[in-house]
Formats: sequence, structure tokens, C-alpha cells
Amino acid sequence: MSAKTLYDKLWDSHVVRQEADGTAQIYIDRHLVHEVTSPQAFEGLRLAHRKPWRIASMLAVADHNVPTTGRDKGIADPISRLQVETLDQNCEELGITEFRMADLRQGIVHVIGPEQGATLPGMTVVCGDSHTSTHGAFAALAFGIGTSEVEHVMATQCLLMKQAKAMQVLVEGVLGKGVTAKDIALAVIGKIGTAGGTGYAIEFAGSAIRALSMEGRMTLCNMAIEAGARAGMIAADDTTISYLKGRPFAPQGESWDKAVAYWRTLHSDDGAQFDKVVRLAAAEIKPQVTWGTSPEMVVAVDGRVPDPASAPDEVKRQDWARALQYMGLTANTPISEIKIDKVFIGSCTNARIEDLRAAAAVARGKHVAANVKLAMVVPGSGLVKQQAEHEGLDKMFVAAGFEWRDPGCSMCLAMNDDRLAPGERCASTSNRNFEGRQGPGGRTHLVSPEMAAAAAIAGHFVDVSKL
Amino acid sequence: MRKFTVLDGLVTPLDRANVDTDAIIPKQFLKSIKRSGFGPNAFDEWRYLDHGEPGMDNSKRPLNKDFVLNQPRYQGAQVLLARENFGCGSSREHAPWALEDYGLRAIIAPSFADIFFNNCFKNGLLPIRLDAASVDALFKAVEATPGYRLRIDLEQQTITAPDGTVYRFEVEAFRKHCLLNGLDDIGLTLQHVDEIKVYEQKRREQQPWLFA
Repeated sequence: MSAKTLYDKLWDSHVVRQEADGTAQIYIDRHLVHEVTSPQAFEGLRLAHRKPWRIASMLAVADHNVPTTGRDKGIADPISRLQVETLDQNCEELGITEFRMADLRQGIVHVIGPEQGATLPGMTVVCGDSHTSTHGAFAALAFGIGTSEVEHVMATQCLLMKQAKAMQVLVEGVLGKGVTAKDIALAVIGKIGTAGGTGYAIEFAGSAIRALSMEGRMTLCNMAIEAGARAGMIAADDTTISYLKGRPFAPQGESWDKAVAYWRTLHSDDGAQFDKVVRLAAAEIKPQVTWGTSPEMVVAVDGRVPDPASAPDEVKRQDWARALQYMGLTANTPISEIKIDKVFIGSCTNARIEDLRAAAAVARGKHVAANVKLAMVVPGSGLVKQQAEHEGLDKMFVAAGFEWRDPGCSMCLAMNDDRLAPGERCASTSNRNFEGRQGPGGRTHLVSPEMAAAAAIAGHFVDVSKL
Repeated sequence: MRKFTVLDGLVTPLDRANVDTDAIIPKQFLKSIKRSGFGPNAFDEWRYLDHGEPGMDNSKRPLNKDFVLNQPRYQGAQVLLARENFGCGSSREHAPWALEDYGLRAIIAPSFADIFFNNCFKNGLLPIRLDAASVDALFKAVEATPGYRLRIDLEQQTITAPDGTVYRFEVEAFRKHCLLNGLDDIGLTLQHVDEIKVYEQKRREQQPWLFA
């Protein structure tokens, strides 16, 4: 038998049947559901008099619209409230497990899946959300889908798709001080571009990846979609297995042993062929800061805002010029001289316990700079929040002048009340710096939690590797 | 789903790369629990001078005259000409819903983001990948020719320009079949219920922990 990539193994084990042109019917093991992309799918099912194929495969949570403060008063915006209530009703009617807003287990869908052990190695995991790539950190084939496909999975437990090409991103060596999985992700995107992974599934490998915690691996796979790849993945190893042990949805006893034996096969075989290989040296990666309106517009913190005149082609030159104008930046400005107005530590990229510990370690005993109007920390789930409070991180943040909020997507996409005002500049641990993403006219700089905390304290970007 | 066979449509250009789905339909409109009515808010932040919120009367809002889709010559366009990586970012299917509701039936670009590309086919919207040089030529032609139309024939996989130039494009056979016939994916998959059950049973035996 020829050597297989991890992606081949995951793909092959889920093919139910195949069309003549290679379009395959793929079986879906886990379907995560949130309030924004599901109502039309539930409605479609109802109109067609169909029932969900396997309700036990579904886990639902409201995260995009939920408030991060004053939650006991409910959701003020009637349109947001209706969307969350619609999810509640749909789940209740069909008997789907849902963590409601008052549930301690509620949180961002891509944080709670792994936290509950609902994401397991060898699974196919889908959700009507592009950041579903996060779950690939567990050697799962996980990708975002649209609402039509949400309905398709509900009705058939399957999806129709073609196998993507396989890309390996190899990161060898040891990361420097203050350099994180987020910086690897941004460095990869800076290197291959936001369309570099289009048509590919990316496997992250190499000694620097193996050294990452599960939280770091999730951060990295989360941003595979920002490199254009629907799916990112990492081989299962001891780190994966020890993270999962004892989680509520994970197997136990004899079943656990059997599962672990299988999970240990979930890696690319020696000699497996990839359609493309990209290499990065861990030691050369510096803390990253985006300067523009696409995640590929990124430089190291000791760099400068680029000059559109030096862009490689005319389309890019216009792109860069438009981005600088939107961002209110001048070419050649040192990144460390960019002052910020707000700080957001949160999102499905960076709101796990390790992220909060790292940010708290930078902020401890210091205070948010006078020019920073708001620095907020939004834990990824109620359980992350509880753990952080147990460790006293909340007190550290509050003493340093940060706001300590309730879990949700919050200012990553600003669907709730957490948003930037026009022209405000934010150091954000989220995943997208698109125009208007954090609020109309808002200016987003993507960074790691350490970098965001350090920027909050200094009032401008600083190189955490030099602290 | 609406069939797509042959389209002879007015073309509108959108000359920027990496147009993301947040730009195509901003997040505040995603709060709707319906599938229709997103057209007036397609490209909302570029298209209007004020900030849009759900429930506003869009016909009374101030238009950004500088935004290309607002130019009188492009009103009623059914074909969008775009640059690389169109539809990147969020998986929101509200993006193709908004474009379709706006009146578009086809999008031509050098490349598309995967999820958006896939979502288009579920909504009778044809995304066409053409090489960058051809897209460049089309941008120049559209700019130079008021009322510029293209004839798109899905069966033949061709785009015919007014000067007779024919561009061939690729489309996966299965997607083409579904779009030409307006077929519902779910209905097709459910023709194979027995095979799904057989697969599921095997999986249940091999990896019982997935079904606990």
C-alpha cells in the first residue's frame, strides 16, 4: 500500500460513494451549529418535511450575537434576540443538545467543541462557519460550510465534495521568546498569501508544530482559512491524546483504549507525497502585526508599513494604497510607532486558557496606557472563564485596567454591541482585519495575545520578544 | 434551485482583489433568519454613504456615487467581473444570497475562495474562473464599451464577447449537471439512503465511540 498523507487517510475513511467525475459523498461525524448560519437550514428541512439524520451528531451553541456584559438582562437588540431564540426553539423541538446562554459550558463554538471532547481525532467535523478549520488540530478533517450544506448535513449526514490537493507546511526548529502559534499562522499567510491555500487542505508539521500545545495548534489550524485553505490539520500525538482524556464527550474505559490505538495511526506516512510543501524556520519567525485590510498584509513588529510603490504588481499596488488609506497609515512608518485606541483579547483564534495566561503574564502589575480607551478580555467559553478566575487571571486583568467579559465571538466580528467606532484602531487577537470587520470604519491589527497585552500597556505596538 | 443554461447579461466590473464576504454582506444583516431580501444590502458599506442597519428603507439612503455598481451604465447587470480571491473570508451563504438577490447570475474572476465558490452553485449562481490575462482584457473592454454584455453558455462552457472572442471555462461535471437542471443536492443524496446506512453501520462497528 502506498504512503498516505493524513488528509488522504481522513478522506478515504469517510467516502460513502463517488460520482463518475470524482465528486464524493462524504460522511460527517460531528455537526456543530450556531445561531447565525442555521435558521434557514432548519426552515428548509421543515419546508421539505425532512428530519435530521442523526441528532446525536449535532451540538449547538449561540455565540455570535450574545452580549458579553449584563447577560442576566438578556439580549437588548430584538433582531439578535430573535436569532438566538430561533436556535433555542429549533434545538428544543428536535432534541438537539444545546448549551444555552446561561449554561456554564456556553462559549464560542470552536472553543467548546474541543473543550467538551466533541471534536475527536479521525472525525469529519463541519459547522456553518469558516473557522471550523480549528478542529483539524485534533487530526480531524474539519471545514466550514454554507447554510445549504448545513441543511444537507442535517438531512443526509453527508456532503458532496471533491478531494482537495494536499499542502504540507513544515515548521522546523524552536520558536523564539514571545513568538507564538499566532505568529506562525500570520507568517505562513504572509508567505503564501490569503489565496495561497485555495484548493488545498493544509497539514502543519515539523518539530515546531509538535512542540505546540493543543491551544496553539488550534490557533494555527483556525487561521488555515485565512490562507485560503478550508481545512488545516495536525497529526495526533501524545499532546492530542492527553488533552482529550476525561473530556465529557470523549470515549472512556475500553472504548478509550480502542480509540487511542486508532488515533495513533492518524499521521502522514513516511514518504507520503504532498502537492505542495512550504517550509518555514521557526527561529526566523518574529512577532507579527498586520498593517492592512487582509491577513496577508503583515510584517514583523520590528518592520515598517510597506510602500505601495514597492508592490510586486499593479493590482497589489492599488490594494496596498487603498489599505493604507483605510487604515490611516503612512508608508514606511515603523510598526512600533503605531498608536492604538482599543485592545481586544478573544475570538475562536485566541480565547483559550493558555492565551489568557500569556496575556495576563504580560499585563500583570502594569496598567493600560492612557491613550487606550478600552482593553477587553473575552474568554472563549464559560469554562475558560471559570478556570481563569480560579487562577486569579481576572483580577490581574482588572487591576491592569482591562475589562473582564462573558464568553462569545464579541468584537471579532462585532455582531453584538462590542465594536469599534469609525477610525478607531485596535490591537486584536482575532483572525480578520477586513474593512469594517470590527465595526464600520474600524481599523484592525491582528496580533498574538502577548502582543495585544503589551500594546495595551504601552499604548502602541511593542516587540514582546524584547521585553 | 433556479436553472442556469444560457445567460446574455450586462457586465459590471469590480476592480479589486480579495473582496471578502464581510464586504459583500456586512455582519449586521446576518441577523436575519430568512434567506431572501439581502440584495439591497449587497456591498452595503461601499454602496451607501451612511451606515446601514437591518430594517432601514434602503431606497431613501444616500448612495456612494463613486462606487462602480452605482453608476447608471451598470444598472441591471447580471454578470460581475472581479479580481483574484473573490469571496474570501467568512463562510456566510448570505453573500451569494445577496448577490443573487441583487440580480447577478454569474461572476467571472481569476480565482475564488473555496467556500464561497461552493456556496454559489447551491444558489443558481455560476462562478467562472478565467485566467488573469483574459480577465484583464475583459476589464478593459467593459470599461471602454458602455452596455458591454457577455453571453455565457454553461452547456458549451463558453463565454462569448461582443467582438466574437470566445473564452472557454472549466466546470466540474457534477456541478454543471446540477446547475443545468436546477437539481436539489439533498434530493440527489437521498437517492442513496441505503449506501449511507451501510456505511454508517460499518463505521458504528469500527469506531463505536463516535456513536455513543
